[in-house]
Amino acid sequence: MDFQISISGFVALYIFMLTAFAGWVIIGRVPAILHTPLMSGSNFVHGIVVVGGIYALLNASTVQEQVIGFVAVLFGAGNAAGGYAVTDRMLAMFKTSGHPAGHGANSKAGTVKSIHAKKH
Amino acid sequence: MLILISHIGIGAVDLAAAFLFLYGLHRMSSPVTAPSGIFVAGIGMAVAVVASFLYAFDVGAAARANLPVNLGLAVVALLLGGGVAWWGGRKVAMTAMPQMVAIYNGMGGGAAGAIAAVELFGNKAQGATALFMTLLGALIGAVSFSGSLIAWAKLDGVINKPVRVKGQQVFNGLALLLTVALGAYIVVASADSAALILAMPTWIYLFFACALALGILMTLPIGGADMPVVISIFNAFTGLAVGIEGYVLQNPALMIAGMVVGAAGMLLTLLMAKAMNRSVSNVIFTNFGDVVTRKQGKIKGSLKPIQPGDAGIAMRYAASVIIVPGYGLAVSQGQAKLYDFVKLLQTGGVSVKFAVHPVAGRMPGQMDVLLAEAGVPYDLIFQLEDINDEFASADVALVIGANDVVNPAARIDKSSAIYGMPILNADHAKQVFVIKRGEGKGYAGIVNELFYADNCNMVYGDAQAVLIKMSEAVRGLGLPAVA
Repeated sequence: MDFQISISGFVALYIFMLTAFAGWVIIGRVPAILHTPLMSGSNFVHGIVVVGGIYALLNASTVQEQVIGFVAVLFGAGNAAGGYAVTDRMLAMFKTSGHPAGHGANSKAGTVKSIHAKKH
Repeated sequence: MLILISHIGIGAVDLAAAFLFLYGLHRMSSPVTAPSGIFVAGIGMAVAVVASFLYAFDVGAAARANLPVNLGLAVVALLLGGGVAWWGGRKVAMTAMPQMVAIYNGMGGGAAGAIAAVELFGNKAQGATALFMTLLGALIGAVSFSGSLIAWAKLDGVINKPVRVKGQQVFNGLALLLTVALGAYIVVASADSAALILAMPTWIYLFFACALALGILMTLPIGGADMPVVISIFNAFTGLAVGIEGYVLQNPALMIAGMVVGAAGMLLTLLMAKAMNRSVSNVIFTNFGDVVTRKQGKIKGSLKPIQPGDAGIAMRYAASVIIVPGYGLAVSQGQAKLYDFVKLLQTGGVSVKFAVHPVAGRMPGQMDVLLAEAGVPYDLIFQLEDINDEFASADVALVIGANDVVNPAARIDKSSAIYGMPILNADHAKQVFVIKRGEGKGYAGIVNELFYADNCNMVYGDAQAVLIKMSEAVRGLGLPAVA
């Protein structure tokens, strides 16, 4: 059995099409109040480029490739770590009235399903 | 055997990571689940990075001798880049968030460009399709890198004014054509290297130089107030570049993560542009804010200043108050003082709500974050379409450091630069108070009729200082708390 990944031609286009659609739908549901954390959160997600950087650096055979590969990993790691740090900080600040600020991953800041449910 | 295991390991982990990214972003659709969403995505990132070291078992023959050094370099780069950015992200003030996001985004674009450079210089992308995709990713990544740095400089105040010269758009168009032509030449020449005038690396250097210059040229003429749209565009660009380089490296996790962000960034960009009543191309290609000498109908009425204390007391006796915070509030760092004042009103039984315009702040939703930082619960914060009808029944609308987003000219005056822009109907409230530093105009450079209306009074001064005075006046009443 072959586990080497090979994506070419239309398969790549299918992946791009389906993911772009998924991204559009998922992000379209995010309320405007969360647009800044959303932007820094999606900024964090493309920090996955660091994995490509590691691949390029490990396969570098000349000094030139090593230098550029090093820069790729350096920037990619900065993108990922920085994006996570600011997004996590911002999201921890959002809280409802009568509930203390939920922090980090274990926010229990209320059971409000739709954030403006009590509007009417 | 080791090679097979490393392939299975990387494949499985990257598949899991791609799912965790999508699921994490999905959980960001509500403030309640959002913190766990970023945590889930973070786990995906961590395992993907750790698993990527399995690539060490499958390096090409040419790089095998360098492997120990390369492994060391990778660890150093990870710790250094990740550590510095983490520290910066923990320290940065919430008002400086837009420029921080711009920097991180630029880093991502730079990383994608650098990966493309390794592939190109190492002659690893074989065939016209692979070469084309590598160059496309390199172009988008490099533009995003240099453009984001300029956006950072503008947001941080390093560059204060938009830099504009005559014929700039033509020049930018030529720069784009030149970059594309260089890329096309690289693809063609690599198939028939005998025809090269200069050595291949020289062409690659030229290509990257042009792409980087293009990012700078594109961003320089755009004004500071348009930066929300620009950051959003570059975010989408970096996502696209990462997705494309993912194809080149045959890594589906990069393809999926990159393309999700690309689509998300495009959607956010369109939403932002809509809220500013402009098309995306209008933001990038026209010099907004130049037309300050636009003729305007005669304005009836006069500016009626009022003391902060009097305005504060009037609000204490109102039944309902809607607050419209603008960037001026953030500039004076008055968010915490504002929430102090709001709590005073609430203890007195006044119903207080916040109405946030989509373009309040320097990036989409920044005002929401600044209010959240000050401790304002998010169920008090309402977006334009949810609250606009409520102004008519509100006793007081308190506008703080906002201007164009409450200008009624957007509804009625067809000759106005902001005609058609969705605005907050603050003028419909029975009484309007406007806290403003002076009589200046908004960034669109037009006079605001609201300020001259019969039901409007101006409170001049720095937002923070004014809010402190308002709170003092209300406390001075010594009224017993209701409820």
